Amino acid sequence: MNKDVAITGSFGNFFRFVIQEMKPRGPWLTPFNIISIPVILVGIAILCFRFVYGLGSVTNLSQESPWGLWMGFDVVTGVALAGGAYVITFVVYVMKVDKYHAIVRVTVLNGLLAYCFYGAALLFDIGRPWNAANPYIGNNFGFSSVLFLICWHFLLYMVAEFVEFSPVIAEWLHWEKAKKILKKLTLGTVVLGITLSILHQSGLGALFLMAKPKIHPLWWSQFIPILFFVSSIYGGLAMIIFEGTISHRVFKLLIPPNHHHHFNDIVFGLAKGAAITMFVYYFFKALLFIHDKQWDMLNDGWGLWFLVEVLGFVLVPALMFAFGFKHRSLNIIKIAAVMALIGIILNRLNVSVIAFNWYADVHYFPTWQEIVVTLMVIFSEIWVFRWFVTRLPVFDSDH
Amino acid sequence: MDRRGFLKTSLVVGAAALSSNETNAQETRDPEEFVGILVDTTRCIGCRACEVACGEEHDLLVPDVLNDGALEEHRKTSVKQWTLVNKYETEKGNVFVKRQCMHCYQAACATACPTEAMKKTEQGPVTWNGNKCIGCRYCMVSCPFEMPKFEYNEWNPKLQKCTMCFERLEEGQKPACVEACPTDTLMFGTRVKNLEISRHRIYSHPDEYVHHIYGEHEVGGTGYIYLSAVPFEQLGFRTDLGDIPYPEYTKEFLYAVPMVLFGVPAFLLGLNALADNGKPVPEGEFELEFDPENEGESDE
Repeated sequence: MNKDVAITGSFGNFFRFVIQEMKPRGPWLTPFNIISIPVILVGIAILCFRFVYGLGSVTNLSQESPWGLWMGFDVVTGVALAGGAYVITFVVYVMKVDKYHAIVRVTVLNGLLAYCFYGAALLFDIGRPWNAANPYIGNNFGFSSVLFLICWHFLLYMVAEFVEFSPVIAEWLHWEKAKKILKKLTLGTVVLGITLSILHQSGLGALFLMAKPKIHPLWWSQFIPILFFVSSIYGGLAMIIFEGTISHRVFKLLIPPNHHHHFNDIVFGLAKGAAITMFVYYFFKALLFIHDKQWDMLNDGWGLWFLVEVLGFVLVPALMFAFGFKHRSLNIIKIAAVMALIGIILNRLNVSVIAFNWYADVHYFPTWQEIVVTLMVIFSEIWVFRWFVTRLPVFDSDH
Repeated sequence: MDRRGFLKTSLVVGAAALSSNETNAQETRDPEEFVGILVDTTRCIGCRACEVACGEEHDLLVPDVLNDGALEEHRKTSVKQWTLVNKYETEKGNVFVKRQCMHCYQAACATACPTEAMKKTEQGPVTWNGNKCIGCRYCMVSCPFEMPKFEYNEWNPKLQKCTMCFERLEEGQKPACVEACPTDTLMFGTRVKNLEISRHRIYSHPDEYVHHIYGEHEVGGTGYIYLSAVPFEQLGFRTDLGDIPYPEYTKEFLYAVPMVLFGVPAFLLGLNALADNGKPVPEGEFELEFDPENEGESDE
């Protein structure tokens, strides 16, 4: 594979180069492919069905539960887990901490892909996707709407992350001059990206402020926006540990050897950061709980469920992160990361789906089709991620 | 970049963004002009003529009121029925209650809508515009009365709810249900006038009514208001919604947005200027090299 064809400048050569890069590499029948290809195909079939017969034909959404797994998991949870990009770019570009430079590219790529795919997933979920451009054009601006704000932030943040990632693309295409210009935009887009992230991470929480009478009081609070923002910090950090651990196993050959040792060092740093943010989050949760005098609410199943989330999947992983950092135990940190991720998923699903309309007789539960489409979104994102890391210099740090 | 110029622009734009929010708040329409409907549940006989009139007016389900036995269960409005009457057994016998969109004074659904498809009209009714709607269903999440109903089984779904017969009002007519009501249970007029009538009825017949007008203060006031002889909990009304208009819940967050949008970048750029990892910063190059030995770019 001769990359130099790209620099000859002729459009024909450039086109051929891109086509060549599109072709699959490596073995086809890997376990991941065997599982993901059928899921993606079935997911596409389900979506065809959905666009002909309506959302009700494949989902369990109802008049009482207008948002289900697609909105609650793909969008509300997925965005929280993509928070790593703004945290790491803050540390590396604003605070100039070189230690984490090695993971900037892959983290930004993850964030960019996550937003692209959740944006796409949103198009399946909204009932009239052909109007999806309305919040961006013409006289349809709902300035008073939190969702309007989120629509704009999604778009702008995707652009910001694309610009942050663009030097890698320029490097792949051997466009040295473009790379130099694009790199100069980095600090500006990083600052914009962090600001947008603070606003839409908290905005996803603010979406539920007007649903006050419908959400169980243990999960509704006027401080949901702040809770969502703080938890997105450690959610993003836990995701980097989780995803990085897998990447370092799966893409072992692509990663420069000195990185493997360096990555462990990075994980310890991330664990420390996650532990501190989680303690802050836990303290905030406890403060709200005591301030709202919610002791009686612990007596039923909902109270127990709340304790499982807050003690089991916030306090315990926070302690494990701290313990793992202190005793230099990677395994404990990795388990803590998985638990923290489960905690984020539980929290977002509790607010948006599970404790929503908690008093209703009939509870929403996703259909198998909703689950398959959710898996489809995740798997196709991993496909595109794999394409990027095997072709673009994502894991290189000496740029 | 000229920092002073940048700061100045930020301040001007920030101030503009803030002040536009304030003018929006002041632009709230004169509440005396909003029309609404008074429902006096002590007068309703459960004939369901309103259901029939509504179905005929809007090409929805026209119920067979004599034979369908629908009063035996507590129904909810649907994509096929914008209004309906339910029967409640109370301490004072059977009471019939008409249900439909409440046409809130400050509507949560209209505030939630990212495209202004749900809109509080200047006349008072809350209406839906299919050309603008993206089908996100955030109006349904936000509505405290769960009134917008979504057509889950259509490829081109619509949001269905009472429009207070907005087209009829434009032509100077009354809503179809009001016109059809044989017992004057329903009374159409400005909200202010309806409240006066309600108070007058309560004062002149203090033993026949509970001294509360549902919708006078609930969720900041609604276009539909209700009178009753029994406490409203017994009629299936939610009495825990509070008196705060629902848009107030997100107002603080939205007002904070311009400050974050301009304050955080200033803070971050300041931090960046202070942050020092002991390495020389190349002129015009913001990004620091991870590997100090690779100097191809840091030399310029």
